[in-house]
Amino acid sequence: MQLVLERRPERSAVIAVASPLIAVVLTIITFAILFAIMGKNPVYAIWVYFIEPLTDPFALQEIAVKATPLVMIAVGLALCYIANIWNIGAEGQFIAGAVCGSWLAVRTNGTDVGHWVLPAMLVLGALGGALYALIPAICRVYFGASEILTSLMLVYVANLGMDYLVRGPWRDPQGLNFPTTAAFDPAASIPTLFEGVGRLHAGSVLTLIAVMLAAVLLGQTIRGFEIRVVGAAPRAARFSGFNADRLVLFTFAISGALAGLAGIIEVAGPIGHLDPGVSSGYGFTAIIVAFLGRLNPVGILVAGLFLALTFIGGESAQISMKVPLDLTKVFQGILLFYVLACDSLIVYRIRVLRSVRKPAHAAA
Amino acid sequence: MLDASSQAGSSLSAPLLSAVSISKRYGDFLANDCIDLDLFPDEIPALLGENGAGKSTLVKVMYGLIQPSGGELRWMGEKVVLSGPSEARGLGIGMVFQHFSLFENLTVAENVALGLPPTESFAAISARLAETARVYGLPLDPKREVWRLSVGERQRIEIVRALMQNPKLLILDEPTAVLTPQEADQLFIVLERLKSEGRTILYISHKLEEVKRLCDTATILRLGKKVATCNPRQETAASLARMMVGAEIDEVKAAAKHSVTVPRLLIHKLSLEPDDPHGTRLKEVSLEVRGGEIVGIAGVAGNGQDELFAALSGERLSPSDGNIVIDGRAAGLLNVNDRRRMGAAFVPEERLGHGCAPRMKLSENALLTGHAASGMVKRGFINKLATLAHVDRTTKSFDVRKAKRDPEAVSLSGGNLQKFVVGREILREPGVLVVSQPTWGVDAGAAAVIRQALVDLAGRGSAVLVISQDLDELAEIADRIAVMFHGKLSAPLEAAQATRERLGLLMGGADPGAHNGEQEAKYAVGA
Repeated sequence: MQLVLERRPERSAVIAVASPLIAVVLTIITFAILFAIMGKNPVYAIWVYFIEPLTDPFALQEIAVKATPLVMIAVGLALCYIANIWNIGAEGQFIAGAVCGSWLAVRTNGTDVGHWVLPAMLVLGALGGALYALIPAICRVYFGASEILTSLMLVYVANLGMDYLVRGPWRDPQGLNFPTTAAFDPAASIPTLFEGVGRLHAGSVLTLIAVMLAAVLLGQTIRGFEIRVVGAAPRAARFSGFNADRLVLFTFAISGALAGLAGIIEVAGPIGHLDPGVSSGYGFTAIIVAFLGRLNPVGILVAGLFLALTFIGGESAQISMKVPLDLTKVFQGILLFYVLACDSLIVYRIRVLRSVRKPAHAAA
Repeated sequence: MLDASSQAGSSLSAPLLSAVSISKRYGDFLANDCIDLDLFPDEIPALLGENGAGKSTLVKVMYGLIQPSGGELRWMGEKVVLSGPSEARGLGIGMVFQHFSLFENLTVAENVALGLPPTESFAAISARLAETARVYGLPLDPKREVWRLSVGERQRIEIVRALMQNPKLLILDEPTAVLTPQEADQLFIVLERLKSEGRTILYISHKLEEVKRLCDTATILRLGKKVATCNPRQETAASLARMMVGAEIDEVKAAAKHSVTVPRLLIHKLSLEPDDPHGTRLKEVSLEVRGGEIVGIAGVAGNGQDELFAALSGERLSPSDGNIVIDGRAAGLLNVNDRRRMGAAFVPEERLGHGCAPRMKLSENALLTGHAASGMVKRGFINKLATLAHVDRTTKSFDVRKAKRDPEAVSLSGGNLQKFVVGREILREPGVLVVSQPTWGVDAGAAAVIRQALVDLAGRGSAVLVISQDLDELAEIADRIAVMFHGKLSAPLEAAQATRERLGLLMGGADPGAHNGEQEAKYAVGA
């Protein structure tokens, strides 16, 4: 017996939708086996991870809070990835945005200058992320440097830069030497949506708007068409008159702006100050979200919520099952692996061949 | 039926290789449907059929590249299972593919050595290569890098490589597609000689005149089935075509009386360095295409046609504004969309990946070249109804056959996709149309539709420039024909004076100025 991957005549629309679901199921099965090996009850583990958080209104809000930066970053990354442009450095752009927006919050701390502070911080955050993302884009367009490497390496530059600021010039004088800025003023903070109940904040609304705008951009506009053609058939894109270099700059700027915006929202929202731990890897996890969501804005929204669920579930599992938090990262890694593997089923189908050498007609 | 035919095979004089009821299924598609074929020694049998008829699939089965879904192969009467090309070569089967597999940066000898088992020293291989090439009159310098060679010379490498294994059966897939008429004549002499040595040559082609001239028998495939076996010398080209296509082919009708008007496309002393290190430099190319006429550019592939197309379409910009003039306006520095807005349209050679995004829908592919110069985009938003309407109009006017209203480009057959790609441009009524290899790899029915559309477009007053390797095609539709060689373009010849001999000489690099009567040696070209 032999398994053969056979090219389909056309991409399968059914599998395109089903493939992430298959991947999720396979991941959960693998995960259950992993728990069984660790000597934990796999059924209970799956309940803790995936079901329990959904039964608690506070946990539901936490899921949305967690999903907010993931989805916003992933939407921007999807624009890059569809065009075959590989921005791996959203983490750095997230930090750059957080730092740029925080600059204003730190400068105006305790001055009560007015309500323009928060909007200006958001603009600065988006701008900072976009400019930071343009560095690898410019290096690629003008010097031919691989944007995969440069964007990734700039993550560490951003991280250390932020580290310097919060340990040095921006450190809270009353902060007992902890590496953190002073807590942001109310005028520099994002309001929660339900006063006093949970942490769901206005940034989630901005994420929903980003999802809708991206969906319209990709599906309805000539610029979205350009992004798709450059990715799908570069030579045809050139024949169509699209400039691939300009698109590298455009997609990097947009994805950087969204990552930067996510960064400042996170800092000015749930966290409330700048410290070295603001990101916890959102920029990298968003890569998984982008692919799990089929690089489709609405799919990304669903995928972001699902991944946020695993974060929240992982936190409670840490408490109730005494398993390490790293298990959540293992889960996300396995998930990305299965998603990419299942993607080949969109273009190929599996066929089982009986032995080739078996005679066709034994007797005539 | 099945059993009878497979038993009858062995009763006649012994065939070298028999395909017995070979079937090959790809998913729902039956590429080969119970095909029987016997190849006898000392023969040049032909395998005839349109693109997609199943010729390539069948010979790939015979060469061990793919496994049949049903049926079997018999080599000198014995059943064999070929699990790979090396087993086929071991039996004595050689093959020369239409698309060469050569490393451009390696020398001839290095390329040949790579394909042989590593039991022989490189020096010995080089010597044997030179000897084989000499014996068969296929001149080759073992030390030359492949990228310096013409397409004809590259084909020689493939043939010599196959001959060095001393095959009893040599399979040639469309060998003359890339040759000048004179080069093809030389190839036929070699093939006759191989036949006289007792080798069998399976000759795959859709060029009927060649088959009539060279081959002893012809097996005709249509839609994966064997439809006839005949002696091609006793058939006419028309009767062979009928068997291949299964229907009459319309002849291209000249457009109604029309006059040739002012120049609408002007190429003026265009010199251009190639993008890619193995590309061809364009040298002072000049040409004038007037409204109402079709000008053809002939030439062997790789002589600068791709570079010229890119310069005309605006995918590459010219050194100066005046190098290309469209309808009286300098366009050399304008991009492809600006040129489209001036009423120019372009059809590149490669349908999939260049003219179309393969995995995008037809409506999106209509947008691909239509977004600049039609009502398909308003304020940055796509008017999807307009793109679909363009697909529907193209479908109707050009008889594009497809499974649904708006499928992905890649799911169409070559002929239907080409009709779409050409029709997409012609329906915009361009004043200037530049089209490269308009019927490359397209079935005869679709080719006739496309050629007729080009003739009709010129008849309506447009200037049409056709870059083609197919001399028959140019003879059929072009008013004037120029030849491209090593990046230079000859002065165009009036169609009446553009004999195959004359074009062949120009394609081989003969001095374009010196075409006098005495130069016109007689070449035995079948007519």
